Amino acid sequence: MALYDKIFKPKEYTLANGKKIEEKASRTPLVLLILLVASIVSIKVTGFNLTTLAKRGNQFWVILGKMFPPDPGYIPSIWGPLFDTIKMSIIGSLVGALIAIPVAMLASSNIIKNKVVIVVVRLLFSIARTLPTLVTALIATFIFGLGTTAGSVSIAIFTFAYVGKLLYEQIETVDMGPFEAMEAMGCTKVRAFIESVLPQVLPGYLSNSLYCFEGNVRYAAILGYVGAGGIGLILNSEIGWRNYSRVGMILIILFITVVIIEYLSYWLREKLS
Amino acid sequence: MKKEKKTKPSPWKPGMTIQEMYEARPKMWIVVTAVLVIMAFLIAWSSTAFKGTDGTEVDGWAVAKSIISGIFHPSTSLLFNFTTEGVPYLLLETLCIAFLGTLVGAVLAIPFAFLGATNVVPKPIALVFRTIVMAIRTIPAFVYGLMFIRVTGPGPFAGLLTMSVCSIGMISKMFIESIEDLDGRILESLDASGCTTFQKIRYGIVPQISADFASTLIYRFDMNLRDTTVLGLVGAGGIGAPLVFAMNCYKWDQAGAILVGLIILILIIEWFSNKLRNRLARGI
Repeated sequence: MALYDKIFKPKEYTLANGKKIEEKASRTPLVLLILLVASIVSIKVTGFNLTTLAKRGNQFWVILGKMFPPDPGYIPSIWGPLFDTIKMSIIGSLVGALIAIPVAMLASSNIIKNKVVIVVVRLLFSIARTLPTLVTALIATFIFGLGTTAGSVSIAIFTFAYVGKLLYEQIETVDMGPFEAMEAMGCTKVRAFIESVLPQVLPGYLSNSLYCFEGNVRYAAILGYVGAGGIGLILNSEIGWRNYSRVGMILIILFITVVIIEYLSYWLREKLS
Repeated sequence: MKKEKKTKPSPWKPGMTIQEMYEARPKMWIVVTAVLVIMAFLIAWSSTAFKGTDGTEVDGWAVAKSIISGIFHPSTSLLFNFTTEGVPYLLLETLCIAFLGTLVGAVLAIPFAFLGATNVVPKPIALVFRTIVMAIRTIPAFVYGLMFIRVTGPGPFAGLLTMSVCSIGMISKMFIESIEDLDGRILESLDASGCTTFQKIRYGIVPQISADFASTLIYRFDMNLRDTTVLGLVGAGGIGAPLVFAMNCYKWDQAGAILVGLIILILIIEWFSNKLRNRLARGI
C-alpha cells in the first residue's frame, strides 16, 4: 500500500489554521483492476460463455419441469432415509459439539499458558475445518463401511471444528475474575473451567451448536452421494433412474423438514439470547 | 424483531444473609430436567445411526493407516506437476470457479435481497421471496450440477453456474440483513437537500452497504472454495473429481497430494479473507 501511495500522490489540503492534511488517493481503481484481472483469468480458465448460457439456458428447466407434478405415492419410502438424515445430523452435531468443549479449552490463550499446545490445537481445528464434509464422509465410508455411521462421523468432525473455533474465541473474551478466584481457592484448572467459564459461554455455545445443526441437516442430505447414508442415497439413485417426479417429491419433503428445523432452532436461539 | 428482555426483580432485601440470598437463587430445575429428558430421548433415538452399516466387513484401521500415511507422503510428482493434470492447475481451476461463482451469485442475489427486505417491499412480498430463497438453498448442490451439465456440458463452466446458484441463499440472507440496517435518516436528509434518485443511491445507500456486501462476498468466496469439491463428483470441474477418483482407486499418495494442496490453499485464502474482512469492519 505504501508503494501505491508513492505512485498516486495523495492530495494535499491546507486548512484555515495553516495545517496541511493529506487525502490518500482512492483505492477503488486498484480494487477494480484486481477484480477485473481475476475475472478475466477465471473466465479463461472456466470457459464462461454467455452465448451458450443464452442459447441453451432453457435446458436447465427441463429437469426441473419433469419434477412436477411430484409423485406422492413415493412418500412412504422417503421417511426411512429422511429420519436417517435427521438422526445423523443430531448425533453428529451432539458428539462434535461435546468433544469441542475440552479441546476448545486447550486452544484458549487465557486458560492454557503453553504456546505450543495452543498452536497445535488451533492447527487441528483449522485442518478439520478445511476438510470438506464430503471428503471426510468419503474417507469415513472407507473406514466404517457404507452407511449412516460414516455420515455421522463426518458431521461430527465438521461440527467439532466449527463450534470449537467459535467457542475458543468466545472463551478468550470471558471475565477471568471467577476463574482466578476459584484457582486461588485450590480448584484444579478443569474444575474452575467448568464452574466459572462454562456458565459464561454456555448460551453462545448452545446457540452456535444449534446453528451448526441447522446447516448440518443440509449437509447430511448430500452425504448419501458418497454412500454415507440418508436421503442423499435415494436422491442419487432416483436421479440415476431419471425418476424426476420422485426426485421432486424428495426435494419437497426435504424442504419442509429444513424449514421446520430452521424455525425450531431459530425459536430456541431467540429463547437463549 | 428484538424484544426487550424481561429481568426478574432481584430477591435481595436489606439485611439478608448470604445463606438466605443463596436459598433465594432462581430455581431452574424444571427447565434443566426437561432439557435433559429431551436430550436423552434424542440421543437414544439418533444413536441408531451409528449402527447403520451394511455389514461389509472392512478392515477400518488398515484403511485409516494408509490414508494417514498417504497424507504425510503425498505424491510429489502430482503436487509439483504444472500441466493441466497437476495439483497447481486444479487448484487454480477451483479458485476460478469459486471466484466467478461468488461474483455471479452476488449478481443473482441482489434482486432477491432487495425484494426480501421488509423496509423496501411490503412484508407479505418479502416473505414470499424469502421462501423462494430458502427453496433454492434446500436443493443439494449435486442436483444443480446435473441440471447445469445439461446446459453447458460437463466441465468447470457447469461448476461455476452451480456454485453461483448455491451462493444465492446465503448471500441474499446476509444482504437482506444489511439492507434492513440501512439508516433512513440519511436518505431523508439527502431528499431534503434536493438530491435526485441516482444521487441518493450513490451517496446515501452505496456507502452504507458496500462494506457489508464486500465482507459477505469475501466470506462466501471462502465457503465456495470449500464446497467446490462437491462439484467434482458430478463432473462439474474443480478438484473434487480427481480427489474422489484417487480415493476410489486407493491411491492414497495422490489423494494426499490433492488434499495437502487444497488445505494449504484454503488456509491461505482464509487468512487473507479474515484480514480483509477485519479491515472492512473497521472501515479502512
